[in-house]
Amino acid sequence: MTPFSYVRAGDTAEALRLGAGGAAAYLGGGTNLVDLMRETVARPDMLVDVTGLADSIEETEGGGLLIGAAVRNTALAEHRAVKVRYPLLTRAILSGASAQIRNMATVGGNLLQRTRCTYFYDTDGSRCNKRAPGAGCDAIEGFNRNHAILGASPLCVATHPSDMCVALVALDASVHLQGRRGARTLPFGELHRLPVDHPERDTVLEPGDLITAVELPPLPFAKTSTYRKVRDRASYAFALVSVAAALQMRGERIEDVRIALGGVAHKPWRAFKAEAALRDGPATEAAFRAAAIAELTDAHPLRDNRFKVELATRTLIAVLRDLSGAAA
Amino acid sequence: MSLHINGSTVSLPLDTRVSLLDFVRDHLQLYGTKKGCNQGACGACTVLVDGERILSCLALAVQYEGRSITTIEGLANGSAPHPLQQAFIDHDGFQCGYCTPGQICSAIGMATEAKRGVPSYVSDDLAADVILTRDELRERMSGNLCRCGAHNGIIDAIREIMAAETLE
Repeated sequence: MTPFSYVRAGDTAEALRLGAGGAAAYLGGGTNLVDLMRETVARPDMLVDVTGLADSIEETEGGGLLIGAAVRNTALAEHRAVKVRYPLLTRAILSGASAQIRNMATVGGNLLQRTRCTYFYDTDGSRCNKRAPGAGCDAIEGFNRNHAILGASPLCVATHPSDMCVALVALDASVHLQGRRGARTLPFGELHRLPVDHPERDTVLEPGDLITAVELPPLPFAKTSTYRKVRDRASYAFALVSVAAALQMRGERIEDVRIALGGVAHKPWRAFKAEAALRDGPATEAAFRAAAIAELTDAHPLRDNRFKVELATRTLIAVLRDLSGAAA
Repeated sequence: MSLHINGSTVSLPLDTRVSLLDFVRDHLQLYGTKKGCNQGACGACTVLVDGERILSCLALAVQYEGRSITTIEGLANGSAPHPLQQAFIDHDGFQCGYCTPGQICSAIGMATEAKRGVPSYVSDDLAADVILTRDELRERMSGNLCRCGAHNGIIDAIREIMAAETLE
């Protein structure tokens, strides 16, 4: 680890002032950043601890929830309003990492965690365009079983590792930010970016930007929602494929639906094509399969991850089957 | 700049890079907490902070200024083992013992979470009171790996001590 100074920010203004410095980094729980620093993938010269800021969950006037960026993952998952009104979010969080890590990790930090592509962490032995732009990518021709099938670029095939973010993009959450240009709000789906020609940029945030909160809009039909994660072992592993979904039925037909996929792309993947295919249609096995195919027809699997196309299809069908049974 | 470990107040290290794990082992000579993977994958370094279980390898000591840390050394009642330590012995909850301090600290934190009503990924009803079935315990303890394969004994030990309070 390269040396760094550590400051605990007393308020947002202080955090922004300190965070504007050249190589400063905001510190949440540290569950990813400390590891990245130990591997020298990240080399900040100052850590600005923001866990003393914004750690409450409040009802909004519109009937949603405003979640402070410093709220711990466990605290969000166990919050009564989240368990009852947004069960896909509670389940997504509980599927991620381990209880110890969820007790440490913050909401803001979860959004900004880096990919777990092993080539990204292998500073001594591997080329990685995300770690060292222009160096090349050893994953594209390497062991890429865990990598992206949607939205990748010739420069990067990494996936975004978060489970929580998959639920948040399905919910059309928004991200509250403060930075040099003052306060602003981003739709959640616009926070993370596809690699294109700049895989080193995971998000659209500018230097010094601080995530202060995540806002959930009211979505009454999200009470019928879930998150299913498929991985190499039953627990404590990153997703091969995951599905967050919420479903609203009207009689025999699908009135509204939200779907997002995890483990398949450089960002949490909102499945707009699958949603469009399902809306106002029947809740049948054939319709579920057609929706999955509509979304995954653009998939470009690599040597080792071809299975993800069928796995995502089957997982989506299974989730929709469960939800349509529960929603009826 | 200090924190509390097992009831004693200690000064924080001057080097900000020192992890909480290295601090308790190398600076305080509390060798009960183990370094397994040092990257958050095994759970051997689990300690309790104000009663909550965390991974000390992914924690910088400076982050925990003013907090109360409990390691395995802080659990025993004088010369008598903590009831959960005795249960691990009774149920063969270990072979080599390397993961055991982390397993025991984790189980104590887990029981607090369950009493508070924190659900798990395998809970059918997220809002219901927690019932610590075998499947629930396996999921809730999945952050602690045992390469000897003593998981069944570990679950038996935890059930004997903890499940009494949250009966099936």
